[in-house]
Order: sequence, then structure tokens, then C-alpha cells
Amino acid sequence: MATVTVSRPPLTLSERAYLPQILAGMRITLKHLFAPNVTLSYPEQRPAIPPGYRGVPTLVMDPHGREKCVSCQLCEFVCPPKAIRITPGAVPADQPDRAHVEKAPAAFDIDMLRCIYCGLCQEVCPEEAIFLQNDYSLSGYSRDEMVNHKDRLYELGGTLPDQHFKWDKKKAAEEHGNQH
Amino acid sequence: MIELWSNLPPALQMLLKGLAVIAVIFPIAGASSLAERKISAAFQGRPGPNRAIPIWFAWVPVIGPLLQKLGVFHLMSDGLKMLFKEDPLPGHVNKPYFILAPILAMIPAFTTVSVVPFGAYFDAAGHAVPLMLANVDVGILAVFAVGSLGVYALIIAGWASNSKYPFLGGVRASAQLISYELSMTLSVLPVFLWVNAPGTAGSLSLARVVEFQSQPGFWGGTWFVFVMPVSAFVFLVSLYAETNRQPFDMPESEADLVGGFHTEYGAFKWSLFFVAEYSHMTVGSAVFTLLFLGGWNPLPWVPLSDVAVWLHLADSPVLLGLLSIAIFLGKVILSIFVFMWVRWTLPRFRYDQVMKIGWQRLLPLAIANLIVYALAIAVIQK
Repeated sequence: MATVTVSRPPLTLSERAYLPQILAGMRITLKHLFAPNVTLSYPEQRPAIPPGYRGVPTLVMDPHGREKCVSCQLCEFVCPPKAIRITPGAVPADQPDRAHVEKAPAAFDIDMLRCIYCGLCQEVCPEEAIFLQNDYSLSGYSRDEMVNHKDRLYELGGTLPDQHFKWDKKKAAEEHGNQH
Repeated sequence: MIELWSNLPPALQMLLKGLAVIAVIFPIAGASSLAERKISAAFQGRPGPNRAIPIWFAWVPVIGPLLQKLGVFHLMSDGLKMLFKEDPLPGHVNKPYFILAPILAMIPAFTTVSVVPFGAYFDAAGHAVPLMLANVDVGILAVFAVGSLGVYALIIAGWASNSKYPFLGGVRASAQLISYELSMTLSVLPVFLWVNAPGTAGSLSLARVVEFQSQPGFWGGTWFVFVMPVSAFVFLVSLYAETNRQPFDMPESEADLVGGFHTEYGAFKWSLFFVAEYSHMTVGSAVFTLLFLGGWNPLPWVPLSDVAVWLHLADSPVLLGLLSIAIFLGKVILSIFVFMWVRWTLPRFRYDQVMKIGWQRLLPLAIANLIVYALAIAVIQK
């Protein structure tokens, strides 16, 4: 092992007397006394959320307000703490333009007491339907309250302005005989 | 009003005066704990306690939020919490002494106040009459003698707690007190040598020292901090050690002794120790102000009597007395602020360093200082 010789110069007179050092320290703290605060008064002032922040996982809708999740359950499988539980179901009958998507989640629960905010669900989602957004503060009075159900997930998620319209394009391609 | 006061029996007068002084010291000690929180916050770039507010104060438009920001109501909520939370009495302690210790801590803290003058007014003959509870000739001796008794509370607390860390805290407290008491006493001797010139009636009264610093002329009005800076320095350092403040808070040293002598204490008994510590700080600051900072004289070379003439207050003793108390308290509060400033700047000394500073640095310095000033005073005063 290489031996590194650390130089330890003898203390200067002012360092040994200690008092000048105390006064220098007190000057520094006095400067801090008049400096503005570095903290936020939390509930009133919120910190700026940086881009790419991983907050509470949410489900999002496409710009036309349609459900994006196709209930493939990849997120359920990838979720390390098994916080996600999906019950697959059929696409509701009142959405004829999405009938060709075949599946939609009948129930989608994320247990926020288990979630570790790793973002793997967002990473793995082929439909870009699940996103970890900016919300970081959540609380509840019971364990049940801490489970986000499907309606709550959509309420938190809202709509993202992406312009993929993957299933619309697929339907159009099918109808015009131009499959891939 | 004044006639009514003078017609009261002297014993009742003394009792009322004593209660009035305790009624000032106790809130100062309490307010110091809040000030400590606020000032530490300011030094660390935080706003500090600023949330508590009773609802009826929240309705007052400007003053309510201002008081809330200043954290004034945290003082009351702290006090209430300390008063009403469960007071634990561990099973392994020596109960009578365990309960006695915090009470014992309070007694010397409040007793020393009685010989500390905190203001003055001028009687008809133009003589300064100090405002104090007991103008005894032993003055500073009484402060030292009674003030040192405060350490017994720490030792008893440490011993009665019947566990390792409090015991170590108590032992440290006694060792530290003995080490620094010497330098502290030696450091004030030059002041009293200088004040008690040969041929005059000797007195150790603190009021006398302030009178000496309020004489006319350049040398008469000079505060002792300018004449005897080394004395002032040694006294101040010893004061920090005596009051167990950073960087000398060995008896507590929460890093190595959990909580030191008060590890086993909680709730009201614990808070009594802290009120006692802050009272000691207040009295210590007061003594420092009297000895070295000119007491109730507003500025060096500007004695109170001049201010009385400028403001035409010489013939209204009540107003002048209040003014002098305000000036004196201002200096004491400034000194307490410096205590906190030092606390939030310096790390704690190691125990061997504390002993080394006390015996190998401060004590020789105090002795040398005493010899030099004794010789100088002997030459000057013949």
C-alpha cells in the first residue's frame, strides 16, 4: 500500500493562542446572524420540484381524456414491493373508439404504504400510462385510505399532452390496409 | 404613592422588593431559553420557533402575527409543557436527594441577586443611592460564596441519580468549579485593590465599584474593562466555565455523557435546572457589567449623573431609577447575547483541555495579573 505522508505543520502562534481563532469564528457566525434564512417555512412555502422528480405514481389519460392503461400488468409484475394490484377487465361499452384495445383495468390499486417510489412502473409501461409526478406529500387516517384506487389515480394524474395516439394510429392502419 | 410605600413596615418592603426582583429574574431566565432557541436559529439560518399562537391573539391584525413570528407564545407553551407533563421519578434514584437537587439549584441562583445592585438614583444631597436588596459590604464575596453553592445541586443531582453518566457529570462539575473559581476570584482582586485606596473605608460592595467608575474626569470615568483588560478577560472566561456554558459545558456534554448530571431528570425538575443555569448567567453577566462595564452608566466617560442633568431627571428619583435599571438590564442582556453567540460558535473543549486551560493557562495569568496590578497600584496610590 502506498504510504501518503500528510504534512502536519506546527500551529502558528495565533492558532496556539486560540483566542484569535475564537474571534474569527465569532465573526463568521455574526455574518450568519444577519444572512437570510436558508430554510423554507414548509407548508406555506413549497420547494421547487426538479424535472424528473419521482413523486406519487399516478395514471394519466391521453389528450382526448381517454384511458391509456391497457391492463398489461407489467407494472404489477415489475413492482419490487408489490404495491400495485391490477384486476383486468374489458373496455367499457360506452367507449366504442377504444373497443379494439380489448382490455382495460377494471381495478387499479397502488398501496402507498408499500410503494418505494422507485419509478420502475413508469419505466416499464409500454403505454406511457403510469407516471411518478410531483406530489410528495400524502397522508391518511387509516391503511385503507393510503391505497390509491383507480379513480383517485386518474384524479392525481390528469392528462399529459403527449401526441402518440398509438391505438388510434393502429386502428387507422388496420382500416386502410397498411398494417406496419 | 411614595408615602404609602415608605409607611409600609420595612420587612414587608423587603419582601415586596425581593418578590419584584425574582419576578424580573425568573422571566429573564425563561425568556433566555426562548432567546437561546431564536438566536441559535438565526445563527444557523433558520427562522426558529414561530408557530404557536393562541387563537384570540391571531385575531389581532398586526401585533398578533408579529408576536407569533417572534415566537413569544412558544415561551408560554414551553413553560406549560414543562409544568404539566409527567414528572418521572426513576426507581433506582435516591429519592429525597433527587428531588432536593433542583430546588437546591434554584436557591443560590436567586439568593445572589440580593447583593447585586441593578440601578441607582440621586438623593437630595446628590449622592447616588444604589437600587439593590441588600447593600452589604461583603458584596462580591457574597456573590462568590453563594454562587458557588450552585454546584452542590449538580453534584447532588449527579450522585442521587445513581447511574454512571450523571455521576460523571457531577464529578466534572465539581472539578471544573474548583479549577475556575480560583482564577475568577483572583481576577477581580485588582479591581477591589484599586477601588479601596488606602485611607478610605474598605468595602467589597458592587455598588461601590460602579460609583468608582462614575467619577468625573478621564481616569474617573474609565470602565475597568479598559484599565484591566486581562482581569476582565479572565473573569469572563471563568464566568463561562462557572455557569457551565459552552465551550465549558462539561457537566452536561450531551455528546459523551448522554445528558450529564440531568440525564435522569425530566419535566419540571429538569426545567428548574435550566432556569437556575440561566439565572446564574444573568447574575454573572450582571456582576461582569458592574465590575468591568460601568454598571448603569450608559457609556464610558458618560456617567449617569450627567445624563440625569441633560434629561432634567435629577430631581425625579423614580424615573431616573427606571432609566438606570433599563441601561443596566440592556448591558446584561447584551452580555447574555454574547454568551449565546459564543455557545453557537465554539465546539466544546475536551475535559483534559478544560483542566489544562484552567490550571495551566488561566490561573498563572490571573496570578501574574494580580501581582502586576498590585505593584502598579502600590506605586500609584503610595
